[in-house]
This record gives sequence, C-alpha cells and structure tokens, in this order.
Amino acid sequence: MSLPAYYTAKDKVWHYAFRVICFAIFFFLLAPILIMIPLSFNAQPYFTFTREMLTLNPEGYSLRWYEDFLGDEGWMRSIRNSFAIGIAATVLSTSLGTLAALGLSRAEMPAKGLIMGVLISPMIVPLIISAAGMFFFFSQINIAQTFFGVVLAHAALGTPFVVITVTATLVGFDQSLTRAAANLGASPTTNFFKITMPLILPGVISGALFAFITSFDEIVVVLFVAGVEQRTIPREMWSGIREDISPTILAVATILVLISIALLTVVELLRRRGERMRGMSPQ
Amino acid sequence: MAMSDASGNDVAIGNETDSKGRLLTSDGRPLRAALDRANRRRKLTAFGLVAPLLAFIVIFFAFPIVQMMWRSVDNPAVIDALPRTLVALEDWNGEDLPSEAVYRALYEDMMADEELPRLEQKIGPLAVRLNYEVSAARGAISRTSRNVDEFEAPFKDAFMDAHRLWRDTEIWRIIEREGRPLTASYYLAAVDAEYDENNEIVRADENRRIYVALFGRTFAMSVVITFMTFALGFPIAYYLSSLPMSKANLLMIAVLLPFWTSLLVRTSAWIVLLQGQGVINEMLVSIGLIGDDNRISMIYNMTGTIIAMTHILLPFMVLPLYSVMKTIPPSYVRAAKSLGATPTTAFRRVYFPQTLPGIAAGGVLVFIISIGYYITPALVGGQSGRMISNEIARHIQSSLNWGLAAALGSMLLVSVLILYWLFNKLVGTDSLKFG
Amino acid sequence: MTNKLKLIALSSAASVLALSAGAQETSLTVVSWGGAYTESQQRAYHEPYMAANPDVTIVNDDGSANALAGLRAQSQAGNVTWDLVDMLPSDAQLACDEGIIMEIDHDEVLAPAPDGTPASEDFLPGSLGDCFIPQILYSTVLTARPGAFEGEQPDSIEDLFDTENFPGKRALQDRPGTNLEWALYADGVAPEDVYDVLSTPEGVDRAFAKLDTIKDDIIFWTEGAQAPQLLADGEVAFATGYNGRMFNAIQVEDMDAAIIWDGQIVEWDGWVVPAQGDNVDAVMDYLYFATDTQRLADQAKYISYGPARASSAPLVGDHADLGIPMAPHMPSAPDNYYAPIVLDNDFWADYGDELRERFANWMLQ
Repeated sequence: MSLPAYYTAKDKVWHYAFRVICFAIFFFLLAPILIMIPLSFNAQPYFTFTREMLTLNPEGYSLRWYEDFLGDEGWMRSIRNSFAIGIAATVLSTSLGTLAALGLSRAEMPAKGLIMGVLISPMIVPLIISAAGMFFFFSQINIAQTFFGVVLAHAALGTPFVVITVTATLVGFDQSLTRAAANLGASPTTNFFKITMPLILPGVISGALFAFITSFDEIVVVLFVAGVEQRTIPREMWSGIREDISPTILAVATILVLISIALLTVVELLRRRGERMRGMSPQ
Repeated sequence: MAMSDASGNDVAIGNETDSKGRLLTSDGRPLRAALDRANRRRKLTAFGLVAPLLAFIVIFFAFPIVQMMWRSVDNPAVIDALPRTLVALEDWNGEDLPSEAVYRALYEDMMADEELPRLEQKIGPLAVRLNYEVSAARGAISRTSRNVDEFEAPFKDAFMDAHRLWRDTEIWRIIEREGRPLTASYYLAAVDAEYDENNEIVRADENRRIYVALFGRTFAMSVVITFMTFALGFPIAYYLSSLPMSKANLLMIAVLLPFWTSLLVRTSAWIVLLQGQGVINEMLVSIGLIGDDNRISMIYNMTGTIIAMTHILLPFMVLPLYSVMKTIPPSYVRAAKSLGATPTTAFRRVYFPQTLPGIAAGGVLVFIISIGYYITPALVGGQSGRMISNEIARHIQSSLNWGLAAALGSMLLVSVLILYWLFNKLVGTDSLKFG
Repeated sequence: MTNKLKLIALSSAASVLALSAGAQETSLTVVSWGGAYTESQQRAYHEPYMAANPDVTIVNDDGSANALAGLRAQSQAGNVTWDLVDMLPSDAQLACDEGIIMEIDHDEVLAPAPDGTPASEDFLPGSLGDCFIPQILYSTVLTARPGAFEGEQPDSIEDLFDTENFPGKRALQDRPGTNLEWALYADGVAPEDVYDVLSTPEGVDRAFAKLDTIKDDIIFWTEGAQAPQLLADGEVAFATGYNGRMFNAIQVEDMDAAIIWDGQIVEWDGWVVPAQGDNVDAVMDYLYFATDTQRLADQAKYISYGPARASSAPLVGDHADLGIPMAPHMPSAPDNYYAPIVLDNDFWADYGDELRERFANWMLQ
C-alpha cells in the first residue's frame, strides 16, 4: 500500500503502528482458538508444546486424544444428544419464529413494540435466571430431565435470533409482490411458498443456523434442566474441564472449531446472497 | 384514499353512495365499515401469525421466570406448619417467653403433623425455612419434633428442656414475623440487611455482609470488561471499515470465528494458555523471563476471568461498531482536513462523534451480557473472579436457599432490564444484527 | 424445500424417539459422585449386578454434589427420576426429616453378615441412619507435593499453616467444613475438642484468624476431582482432598504427592432411596446385593475407602489393577488413624448455615 505523498514522518509512523496494533488484536482474537489445534495432537498429556513437537518430531504427535474421544461412550452419546436436541429445537424455533416475523413485519400488527420486547426477551434475560426459572417450572410439569424439556428450553432461547434475522430480510421485502400474486388469484398458501418463502429463505436459514448454534453451544440451561440421559457436548466438556482436564477436551474443541468454521461459511455465503438478491450489496 | 398504505385489496369500491352520501362498496355496505372490518381482519391475521410464538414464549419462558421471582416473597412454611401456634401467639406481648398456651399449641401442631403422610408433613420445610433466619433452628425443630410424642404437660418446660432455642424469645419473634404469606426477609438478606430484636431493619453483622460487595464487584468487572472490549474493538472496527470490502470480509473472519466458536471451547483455550503449566508460563520460563517456581498465576482469579471474558465478548463490541463506521462517509473527515483541521482534531471532532451510536450499542450489549455471565467465571474465576450469577447458582444447587436465589435473581434481572430499556432508547433493537 | 424440512422434522423426531426408547426393561438411575468413586461402584456393584440381572440397566448420574437440591425439586414436582442416591449422612438426615427419602428398616432390607449377624449389628457403630445405608468410611486428608519443597517435607496440619518453612499455594475446599476444624487443630486444639471450641463465638473467631494467616496463598476448589488436578498441574504445593481420589491420583496416575494422615477428617458416605421412585422394588433388590459383605469389601479393590461393615474388613485384598494391598491405604488403618477428627454432623446441622455464610464472606474479602 502506498501512502499519500503529503504524509509526514509522524503520520507514517502512526500509520504503521496502527496496523501493528490492529494485527496484534486480531492475533488476540484468533490465537487462543487456533493454538488448541496442534496441541490436540500432543502425544503427552500436557497443555504445552513438548520439545518433540517443537522440533516436528513425529514421536511428539499422536491421535490418542481423538481415539479417547471416539472410543468413549459418554462423548458419543453427547454428540447424538447435541444433534438430536439441536435439530429438534431448531425446527421448532424456526417455524414459530418465521411465522411471528411475518406477522410482526405487517404494518397493521398491533402492540408491535411490546410483543417484540417479549419475543426478544430470551436473548436479554441472563441465562442463569432463565435456567433457574425453567428448572423449577419444568420440574413441576414433569418435563425436567427429559429430551422434550431440553428441546423446549432451547427452542425458546433460539427464537429471538430467528425473529430478528427473518424480520431483517422482510425489511427489504416488497409487499406489492404478494399483493400482485393475490390479485392474480394465488391462495395465501401458494403465495407464501411461491413468493414470500424464496425471498426470505436466506434469512430463515441463517436464523435457523443461529438457533441451532444457540442450542448446540448452550450449557447453563442444560446444567439445570437436563438429566444424565440428555447430556450434550458442552455438558460433557463442562465436566471434563471441572473434573479432569485432559487433552481429550482439546480434541473435542478442535472438532467443534471445524464445525463453527463450516457454519460460519454457510452464514457468510447466505448473507451475501441475501444482500445481492435484495440489491442492497454496496457495490 | 386510505387504501394506499394497506397491503390488502379485498374491498371492492362501487360507484354508488347511500342516502347519507357515504361511499358504498359494490355489495352495498358503507365503505368505512367495510374498510374497518378488513382492517380488523388484517390485524387479526397479523396477530394470529405471532400468537403461536408469543404463547410459547409466555408459557415456557416468561411464566417460569415470573414464578421463580415469586419465590423471593412467597412465605408459606410457617402458616402451613403452625396454624394453632400462630393463633395462640396473637396474645403474646413480644417481650417475655410466650405462655404455656402457645407451647401447647406448638405441641399440637407438631403432633398433628406426625399424623400426615410423610410427604405432606410440614415441619421439615418449616425447619429449613426458619434456619434461614436463625442458625440452629433446623436442628432445634427437627430434633424436637422427633421426640415430641413423648412430651407431657407442662409443655413449656418440655420444649425448653428439648433445645436451648425454645428458651429464647428470638425464635418466637421470628415465627410471629414470618407467619405471614409474604416476606421481605429474602430481599433484606440480598442487600445484607436483617431484622434486629425490635424487628427494625438494620445492616447485617460485618462478618456476614456478602451480596452488596458482590453486586459491586460484578458491576466493576463488567465495566472493566466493557472498557477493554471497547479499547480493543474500536481500532480494529475502524481499520476494517477503512478497508475495501473484499479485504474487510477476509479479516472479518478473525472476529466472526471466535463469535461462532463454542463458549466452552474458548474458555478451555484460556485455561490451556494461562494455567501454571500452560503455554504462556512455559514459554516465559523457557526463555528465562521468569523462574520455574515463579510462574504467574493468571487463572482461577479475577485476572483470568477478565481476560477470557474480554476475548469472548469482543465480537459483540466490534460488530455494532463496524456497522456504524461503515456508514460514515470518509468525505466528512476529508472536508475537515481540507479546512485545516489536523488529523487528530478531525478524528476527535468529526469522526468520533459519529461513532457514538455504535459505541453505545456495543457497550450496553457487552455490559448486559457481562453482568449475567455464569460459565466463564465458574470455570476460570476461582474465588476472586466470582460474579453474582455464580452465587445465584450456588443458592439453587447447593445451599438450597431458593428464596434468596430468587431475590438475587430478581435484582439482577431488573438491572438488566433497565439497561436494555436504555439500550432501546439509545439505539433501538433494530440495530441488533448478527454475522 | 418443504420436502427437506419434512425430512429434517422426521429425522429429528425419529432420533428423539429412538433415544427415549428401550424403556421396557428396568433402568435404574444411580446418582453418585462421579470420577474414580463412581468407577469403583460401577466395577464392584453395578457390573456384577447387571451380569446377574440382564433385564436391569444401571445408569450413572454424577449429581451427588447437588443431590439435596435435585431431590427437593423432584419431590416437589412429584416426578422422581432418581432411583438411588449416594449422599453424605448430614444431607441424608435433612432429606429424611423432610420426608423426601424412604425410611429404611436395615435388618429387613439389608443382607446379614456371612456368619448371620444382622445388618444393624454388622455395620460399624454410629454409621446407620433412619434413612441412610452407609457404604464406606472416607476421610478428607491433606496432601503435599514433595517437588514443591526443598529439604524438609511437611508431615502435619500445622505445616499447612506454616508458609515460612513450606511456601507455595494451598488448595482448600470452598466451604467451612474441614477448614475450620484444621485451623483450630493447627492452633493447638486437641482433635476431640475441636467441635466444643467451634461452638463458641471466640472459637470461630480463632479459627478464622488462623485461616487469615494463609489466606493469600489459598486457591479454592469446589469438586472432588479438582484437588488432585491442581496438585498434578503443579498449581499448588498442598491440597486438601478425599483420600480415595488422592490414592487414585498417586497410585494409579503416578502423581508425585504424599498423603499426610495427621488430622484426617473421617465421615461416612452411603445410599438413600428417594421416596415416590418408580422402581423401589428393583432398587431394594439391588441394595441387598450391593451392600452385602463381599460387595463392600470388593469396592476397596478399586478405591481406598474403608467398607462400612465389620465383616468386610478381613476380606479387603489387593488393588484390582495395581496388585498392591489396600489395607494400609484405608483411613482406618492403624498407621493412618493416629489423630483423626470425626466429623460431627450434629454440629454442622446446627451451625452450618451461619458458618457457611461467614465463610463465603471471608472468601470474598
């Protein structure tokens, strides 16, 4: 990058110093996450780079922590649980949230501010309070320590994200399209699936992904509401960290980082597609 | 025409007017009524779309929280367990020990309780409840009730022999005070206050004050974390917004990847880095900067909690800042400079004020999330990094004082809601975006 | 898209169903302490029982640390999902007073000793409770990491409070129990007088004053497994902890540390049966098996806790994996039992809440 000619020496120093600072902050953001990846292949049960690892001696590396992870019934069950709960909660929160977003974006929706406030509240209320409330209530109605209970809890936590993302796509949504379709004789159902759905789909999918990751990453409610049969990956990690923190945690963490990279990519692509489709992308 | 702003076109306008000159629709109804009806129907449809989610959130989210908060004032234990005693206590002067009639009523209440099926017995919960007010009440009540069937009149002496607590007016004062359906004592405990022997509210004994300091610490830590995320977030948001789109998107990954990575993964990452035998200490030891027995303790204390939470919450600061900065036209700063402002002045007077909405959004967001944070302080906080959420969890799970947990929780919730309201005033929920 | 959605809905519904299926046979949820302790129960009790009763599956839940909260919530809801809970006698007494666990007639429910001695006489004196069936005698011990000191090694509770000669961090449990007792013991109170002194306000002040002297060097731990972990990681020089976990870390995982038996605080641990459980008959059948003389002796093959039956003591053999004799590692071994403090549950029932509050406050200051 060439600097403008009128920059003084001081400007130049500042210009480069600023970049160094910024990259140091980017390093702070990424390094902790990335450093776990090589450490998860450590042949020794330590959280540091051994001499063998630093000299790239193959003896220093092993897959033993991945084997530990894959061979452990508890971890495997937690993976099944995380996906089953995550998917069920996502389906529930996405369908309810999308419907609500459609209603909320209509001009004639009464008491919009108040209702929006209530619908967003699961995102605002501290998790410990939500978890405690659900712990007592779910016990009373006999759904504590059941899959159903955990799914309901996670669906509730995920809906604000669906409502917000879908409402955002509807901001750029041209209502005259549905009106035109209705004039041409389309039933409300046809109208929804043929006109509305394709347009808001990117919003719905990224909302769904947010709902999924909310459930997939959620731990506080699981600590209070789930029983031993519903232990999820974060719950196993919690025990792992508190009880015997071994590099198995790092192997799990590495796999989870890869999953987040995949999800991040999908959301990014969707966002760009959405912006293009609505012609909002700054060229 | 009122038609233009509505999406529906289900009212067909005819050409006739009725006798009073009002416009009629093609089937002869007054236009205004038809429009009203159509409008109502649209309102209902809109509400109908929202209703399932609203009902879901109210039943499975809002109601449980309200119900939990109710526990902070709900006070059934004494009324349920000691109905006769409470009646007898009405004549008590509050200064001397109560009369034989009161002790007899207590005996009757305890005997009646033994007749109940075990799960409906009320003396157990009573012992737990009164123990929150005076230590040793649990032991006194459960031990007395185990032997009560052997008591004989005069009951006053029998009780006074059974446990030292029955020889003291304190327990009677508490029974009388807590013999009401609602109590303030959990909230008093939550602000480190208690009743003295005249039922006046006083500050708790110095050795037993916990929560005010803990709230203070939670707020102070949240302020520090918010400031740290601002100090780190502002430069990179500014840098990102000054880059061309393609480059900014690439560097944005550094912000988004942590955002999308599991909280427990990020917390374990910091344990790996900061612990005594962790990456950073090992590095410092191996390059000889610190001695092997002089490792720095950076985790299981407040430092560790602040570092880890700053890292975890940084994206919540960067994203709103970035979206605000992207909309600031560079021409303003250029104009200021061409009018003779130094770069510093141009930045301070022209650019910075325009970023304030982003700072407010990010700041309130980070602060709200921090003060209710549970997981990271629980895992890396040790004692000095504990926050109010950890204390709430402890009272629910191990000390079992659910009323106190509810009182602390309500106070936390109210603080968060006030902040959120402020956030809405400042920036509006619309600016909440992800990804 | 609609088809895809349907597919997702179907598959998730199916997986939820699949996971909740298999309830035809009896499944017992047994709540215990996790880690090496649950492992020892798994191998000594659960596995042989399941081998003999193929229709019973035993699921471990490591919720014992919060067992009383869980029992209360489940009982209030009338939805008891736990079948058997491992807890401490003090919590058991509370739960028993509240009526949320079952009263036990020990001679009817439990197996007699092989020589016919009824259970109530075979279990060690003072160990049985109205609702409580003891399994083991465990102790909280001080453990030190020799690598942390040059020259002289610590060998008493007094040394825990001697930061001059034995510098380094100390990992203590984040509750008053054990810490206050040891503070007084180190301050010169005889083990048998500790609770008398602690019942007075001056005694409490004295204990806290003693703790103040090492406050800057304390790291607090919450769950049993953290203490050996902190030692193994070299985070601390001393850690207090349960003797079985320490044994496991030292003998099985080769941790470089030594147990200091001075002032060990001994207590029982055992089973309680939640009232209103769905599988009470199955649980009773399991209990008859799992608390008999041989099973209690077997558990000592996996972890160094002393069996609660007199008749089990002679049967204690070698460690299952290491082959070393277990008797010398028991809290009750004569070489270890030279200055024990016997945990006084009545004291903690009376003064526990007050002291916990003061201790929490002390930790925060």
